Amino acid sequence: MAEPLLSVRNLGVTFGNRVVLRQLSFEVHSGDCLAIIGPNGAGKTVLLKALQHLIPSQGEIQWSQEARLGYVPQSVAADRELPLRVKELLAAKARVLHLADQEMDQVSSELSLSPEFLSAGIGTLSGGQFQKVLIAFALLGRPNVLLFDEPTASLDELTEERIYELVHQLQAQRGITLILVSHDLSVVYRYATRVLCLSKAKVCMGAPKEIMTPETLEELYGAPPKYYRHVQEL
Amino acid sequence: MGLRPSTIVTSRNCERSVRDSLAERRGAFSVDAGHLYAILLAGLFAIAAGLVGSAALMKRMVLASDVMSHLALPGLGMAFLLKTNPLVGGGATLFLGTLLVWQLQKKTELATDASIGVVFAACLGIGALVTPREDLLEALFGNFQKLPLAGFLLGTAAVILVVAFLFGMKDRLILDLFSPELAAATGVNVEHLDLGFLLMFSLTILVGLRFMGGLLSSALIIIPAATARQLTGKMAQFVVLASAVSLISVAVGFLISTLILKTSTAGPTIVIVSVLLFVMSLLKKR
Repeated sequence: MAEPLLSVRNLGVTFGNRVVLRQLSFEVHSGDCLAIIGPNGAGKTVLLKALQHLIPSQGEIQWSQEARLGYVPQSVAADRELPLRVKELLAAKARVLHLADQEMDQVSSELSLSPEFLSAGIGTLSGGQFQKVLIAFALLGRPNVLLFDEPTASLDELTEERIYELVHQLQAQRGITLILVSHDLSVVYRYATRVLCLSKAKVCMGAPKEIMTPETLEELYGAPPKYYRHVQEL
Repeated sequence: MGLRPSTIVTSRNCERSVRDSLAERRGAFSVDAGHLYAILLAGLFAIAAGLVGSAALMKRMVLASDVMSHLALPGLGMAFLLKTNPLVGGGATLFLGTLLVWQLQKKTELATDASIGVVFAACLGIGALVTPREDLLEALFGNFQKLPLAGFLLGTAAVILVVAFLFGMKDRLILDLFSPELAAATGVNVEHLDLGFLLMFSLTILVGLRFMGGLLSSALIIIPAATARQLTGKMAQFVVLASAVSLISVAVGFLISTLILKTSTAGPTIVIVSVLLFVMSLLKKR
């Protein structure tokens, strides 16, 4: 088997006395779509941050040499009053990473960002538009791994659908590896190639069909999973 | 013969009067140059204050900034007490205070607010206690006095450093303003950037400390930026406008205090001019 893109060994994260993640080990291979599921407070977001060394952790996190990460956070507490236009934000990242000018144009056309959209102030954007900016921001620098934290948590169904289509397209076009945190089990079932479940009671990993059984999900969420049945009916 | 001594005396008198008048002229010249240096540096300070202020406003660290200028007060007071250069004392406590605010910034917002409130009161209290009474007014509100060439050059170097930092770090600062987390994910060392920014902030306050005083020097960093923010929603315009408003406040405030009020304590007048400009900006927006 090829070298894993990411190898995690005995990862632990504690905040003060509170243990959020304990002895977590898993691997991600190139082209995978790993979905991280679990109830609130299980440490899904913390895991994504720890993988990028944004918070202190114990254990070993080994990315392969060629891994270039793009991160779409759950939300950004950006100041709505900030006098910043979309293109100024993207250009700032492009300059920090010393990217060629055409990179920004490429990302803009991939996400169909119009000139008007690029000239809009970030404070004037709707939730879906803002999410699009975060995705564009993550795609600058041509990452081959995207870490998505509940990318559609605050969006209506149609926008959510579009964003997942977009992500799926990118995965197909660029062969991007996805690490995805989601509450939406139907999305997980549709897109994920592997599932990592996190909860206080249980940590497990496997193919969606193995992991997403009514028994495992009940154990994981502590209640019968109504969404799962809904998926099965589809 | 009888005339000679008197002639000598006269010629000596004449010599002395020429020497005195030369000395006076030299004195007058050096006073002019010193004042010119002070005015030029005040202008440079105003520009740096506008730039730093616009960044501080966007970083929403106005309260922290206000306290930082007060951090200079105990040092200023000690320097007056020990008859050393006030800027050395003010600079020392300002630098320590900068590190303190940097540490506090990493903690939760509520704790920062509370701690800053305590530090603010403590500095004002200690500053007022240790400063000799006759120097208290100058420590709090500054004094527009002549500046030696060395002081002018040092001040200018400090302003150049501040401007160079802000322009050099512009893109990193933008990412940090948008989201410290995404900035860090992009590879920006956010902690170092924050410390660098706070140091530039302190340096700007230090340049303005002489003529604005420990109580008012941060006002010129905050108020013109707030004014500019009312007038534009574009970042580049905002930053330039903040510097322009700051420069106008210093120029008009200085002229009013020198020509009309005939006082060398220009700080309060400058602040009032900047507040008036802010009020006008509010009216314009409505």
